[in-house]
Amino acid sequence: MTKSYRNGHYAAMKKTPLASTHEKLGARMVDFAGWFMPIQYTGLREEHDNVRSNVGLFDVSHMGEVRVKGPKALETLEWLTTNDVSKLNDGEAQYSLLPNDQGGLVDDIIVYCLSKNSDYLVCVNASNKDKDFAWMTKHNKGADITDESDLWGQIAIQGPKALDLCDRVFGFKVSEMKPFTLKAGTFHNHKIMVATTGYTGEKGCEVFVDAAGTVELWNTLLEKGQDLGVKPIGLGARDTLRTEMKYSLYGHEIDDTTNPYEAGLGWVVKPAKKDFMNKAQIVGKKEAGLKQNLVGFKMLEKGIPRQGYSLFSFDNKEIGKVTSGTHSPTLDEPIGIAYIDVAYAKEGTEFLLDIRGRKVKAVVVKTPFISK
Amino acid sequence: MPFHIPEDYYYTKEHEWAQVDENIVTVGITEFAQDSLGEVVYVELPEEGQKITQGQTFGVIESVKAVSDLYAPVSGTVIEINAALSDDPSVLNDDPVNEGWLIRIEMDTEKELANLMRAPDYKKLIAEK
Repeated sequence: MTKSYRNGHYAAMKKTPLASTHEKLGARMVDFAGWFMPIQYTGLREEHDNVRSNVGLFDVSHMGEVRVKGPKALETLEWLTTNDVSKLNDGEAQYSLLPNDQGGLVDDIIVYCLSKNSDYLVCVNASNKDKDFAWMTKHNKGADITDESDLWGQIAIQGPKALDLCDRVFGFKVSEMKPFTLKAGTFHNHKIMVATTGYTGEKGCEVFVDAAGTVELWNTLLEKGQDLGVKPIGLGARDTLRTEMKYSLYGHEIDDTTNPYEAGLGWVVKPAKKDFMNKAQIVGKKEAGLKQNLVGFKMLEKGIPRQGYSLFSFDNKEIGKVTSGTHSPTLDEPIGIAYIDVAYAKEGTEFLLDIRGRKVKAVVVKTPFISK
Repeated sequence: MPFHIPEDYYYTKEHEWAQVDENIVTVGITEFAQDSLGEVVYVELPEEGQKITQGQTFGVIESVKAVSDLYAPVSGTVIEINAALSDDPSVLNDDPVNEGWLIRIEMDTEKELANLMRAPDYKKLIAEK
């Protein structure tokens, strides 16, 4: 059952600027990667549905921000990341990967171009922030790299009504921004950067805000969005929302052993454009023929897939492992994501899932699980 | 949130309840357990006739976000399962301490009841959470 958090451990957990706001809102708080975070407010399904039908606010201030500046900023990021950073102009963003030197990934990230060639903000996973910063610093090609994580709060605003809300609050038309772009501004004298990115499949944005302005922005969004049905959303629904879209989560679909092509992330690897960390090994694995693919699947018999469960062929050969699984609130049925032997990766292929020793039928399906 | 914790039930530290009627024990999860888990979407129960042992797992309950084991409050033989739950576990979310019961056991020995908590102690346990 749930762990108690008001114990000695509570003091050791890191808090976002919104920690006490979440508690006042009645959130159930948990330890997430060392952070004191809301897992849910009123209920996972209700929160999930609200993002799919109205608009939700997520505190994502625990995410890390690493600033890469100076004349060597572009050169350094080109070396550290797999995507083509040189094509980013001011105010543009891209999803990317930080490869390690063993064929796997240090993290998945978003690179924001603040000023072409010389100033970039890299948004990284909370659980990997210290590791990423150390890695980037170690393999720096002469840029000025600083950890700005404590300077920024971050709020994600997601859902079909998210852009309406943003237009009301930010004083410029967020609804007219293209996806994966960034615009700087101010909110009540606090510096903000509004990015049209997200992790739910819905319209919306993620806003970086001066840490000191985070609570004010959060409360303003809740107040101005009341008639739109805005609600705070916990990490529980964040996970089911991203799973329905088959978005990767570090520690699930990707880790320090993941080949990006096997993870279905080849679209952010640009070996023809540039050299990057450990390119030969990453591309070599693809050229040698991939062994497994990341696929979505559904159940043909009762049971819910969970991370770590094994996949078997009908002749009892182990053919893969589940990376994420849940009961999809939108579809009201179990869904799963798994690495599976390439021979079984085609849509419509049936296989057996080992649920605590019971083998039940499942089938590879098209993803995302929901149409967006 | 105030949880309904029937005074005449017995409780495990893993948040199962046991209602004793002579040698027949009805078992479920507490409102606290249901609330902690969130919406229960799947229940895996033993078969009728199966022997279960106090403190050992007898089934599994899943919410959207997690899998939790179910622990037997007493040893005995499963004589009935709440079959309605396998098609629609929503009754377990709405009323875990009555309609949402899980299994009925024919208890081996009343002596094991001494290992369980009564309502006042169980209330203390969850107050610490």
